Amino acid sequence: MKILVAIKQVPDTATAVKVGSDSKQIDTTGITWIVSPYDEFAVEEALRIKEKRGQGEVVAVTVGPDRAKEALRSTLAMGCDRAIHVNDAALTGADTLTTARALAAVVKQEAPQLVLTGRQAIDDDMGAVGAQLAEVLGWPCASWIMEETVDADAKTVRVGRQVEGGLEIFELPLPAVLSAQKGLNEPRYPTLKGIMGAKKKEIKDLKAADLGLGALTPELSITTLEALPARPPGRIIQGETKDAVKELVRALREDAKAI
Amino acid sequence: MNLHLTDEQQMIQAMAREFAGQHIKPIAAEIDRDARFPHETVKRMGELGLLGIAVPEQWGGSGADTVCYVLALEEIARACASHAVVMSVNNSLYCEPVLKYGTDAQRRRFLTPVASGHALGCFALTEPEAGSDARNQHTLARRDGDDWVLTGRKLFISTGREASFALVFAQTDQAKAHRGITAFVVEKGTRGFSVSRTEDKLGIRASDTAELVFEECRVPDAHRLGPEGMGFKIALSTLDGGRVGIAAQAVGIAAGAYERAVAYARERKAFGVPIGEHQMVQWMLADMTTAIDGARLLTLRAATLKDAGRPFTREAAMAKLFAAEMAMKVTTDAVQVHGGYGFIKDYEVERYFRDAKITAIYEGTSQIQKLVIAREVLGA
Ligand SMILES: Cc1cc2nc3c(=O)[nH]c(=O)nc-3n(C[C@H](O)[C@H](O)[C@H](O)COP(=O)(O)OP(=O)(O)OC[C@H]3O[C@@H](n4cnc5c(N)ncnc54)[C@H](O)[C@@H]3O)c2cc1C
Repeated sequence: MKILVAIKQVPDTATAVKVGSDSKQIDTTGITWIVSPYDEFAVEEALRIKEKRGQGEVVAVTVGPDRAKEALRSTLAMGCDRAIHVNDAALTGADTLTTARALAAVVKQEAPQLVLTGRQAIDDDMGAVGAQLAEVLGWPCASWIMEETVDADAKTVRVGRQVEGGLEIFELPLPAVLSAQKGLNEPRYPTLKGIMGAKKKEIKDLKAADLGLGALTPELSITTLEALPARPPGRIIQGETKDAVKELVRALREDAKAI
Repeated sequence: MNLHLTDEQQMIQAMAREFAGQHIKPIAAEIDRDARFPHETVKRMGELGLLGIAVPEQWGGSGADTVCYVLALEEIARACASHAVVMSVNNSLYCEPVLKYGTDAQRRRFLTPVASGHALGCFALTEPEAGSDARNQHTLARRDGDDWVLTGRKLFISTGREASFALVFAQTDQAKAHRGITAFVVEKGTRGFSVSRTEDKLGIRASDTAELVFEECRVPDAHRLGPEGMGFKIALSTLDGGRVGIAAQAVGIAAGAYERAVAYARERKAFGVPIGEHQMVQWMLADMTTAIDGARLLTLRAATLKDAGRPFTREAAMAKLFAAEMAMKVTTDAVQVHGGYGFIKDYEVERYFRDAKITAIYEGTSQIQKLVIAREVLGA
């Protein structure tokens, strides 16, 4: 069974994000880049499906600039068999639909039986690519999955989605697109052997033209990025506990209008 | 000179950092308090390939190099010095000599299970009367047909209780003094080989430090590592590599204490400002980070020379000497930055302070490193 995993390289969760000088992009100087954590769940699940079936191929794919190659290499170190890097200046700052169209073109070339991705990338938190990709392909889609079982013939997949108070179980025909929610699994660390071996695995570079993508006009473009207003400093109420509590209740009621 | 880490080196460093942060750091205080060997996390370190880093894949290892080893070891030590000593003994003091001096049959039997993390190894050189003066070996190995019969005691052996394989040095020809020392691999469970006690220690408390006793312990000649009389040479060359690891351990201990000191300097207020705004605290932090980087660079230099197959005895001794003394100073200052809280176990710098001391003692005390360096300098 061939599985494609779509991943995105994002700033490390500990990054203090700053708006760039053009107010349309973030300032990327000094940022440590990682594979978006939800995408790691997707990679892990793909590897587990392959391991459970005892055969198959897991291909990681990303749409991103040169630096995104590091993210692909991390997935190869985790155990993906090979990777595809869609790297084209025409796709810089692509909106989710354009990204989904580029990924759909890769899916058509690769013809996997399953596409896995994270429920959202933790940088812009759009959470749209997985569903849009399924839509462009005309494939069924289940998002935010917590568990999955592919049947023995790789014809269907049963998935569990978390809903208020329980799990919602679906059965989807394959091929399909699934997006991973936290809790699906615990992603493995790459082993040293995996890291040393990643260099020997193939990363195929593709341009928009290689995918037969025509004019790439985004449906959505950023007008401006605004930084959050600085948070006013906290206030410590001093004094005897009984007076302080009174003052706290007053402040919550009158100043903060919280109660 | 290239000071840039390769992609693989960066990935290995990041993996070790993440693993240590998530799985080792949370248990470090508890295993120190209880002097409990962390079987679960050591097993996971084996699965990740951290216990046989520079051993080729053919023999169960990860096929990486010494630079990767010191980068990973520093990250582990930053979280817990006890895990770091288990890792360094297994890699440097056991796997390395068995790889270098073993026959293929010996590697298959004694190296593969240890490099892959399925079993642990230890290195037994020290005796009650052979510490710095390691030549003064009293453990005897007497030839008897195709076997050797070992009698004697080994003291302060790291991982001595937990290890399945011990690399043991013994006198096979007393007339030849240290040229009569030979190395043997002895398996746990061999009749006549026992662990008589483990020590209660100041630091690295989760690592077991054991006394090994050999009473008419019979091992076949196939367990002899290297030629008869080569044992002392094997021990010295092994310790050269081991010292690079201990230097990395010292850097990690210092870095862990330093990070906590920086965080505390930002948080703690005195005289109306965070203590980090007081110049004397800044001064301590600046000295700490400078010294840590200095030690790290010496360590990486020794590792790079070793990987290049160049002589590195002097550089390894310099790295270990400098890093160990640095770790003592940095951990002392990290406690100082914490004031009274630094003296209390809740703040953990106290543990780093205790753990640092051993790096100036084992694998040759700081005084012995100076002897090694001076000998190299004077060519004596
Ligand atoms: C926790 C722990 C773990 C250990 N792990 C291992 C292990 O895994 N395997 C192993 O074989 N050993 C191990 N050791 C032993 C360790 O390597 C020795 O303790 C160390 O080499 C010092 O030997 P000693 O304790 O006999 O001290 P001594 O040799 O008695 O030294 C006492 C003091 O005299 C100084 N001194 C001695 N000779 C000279 C000299 N010529 N010039 C100047 N000063 C000198 C020393 O520097 C030291 O300050 C371990 C020890 C400890 C405490």
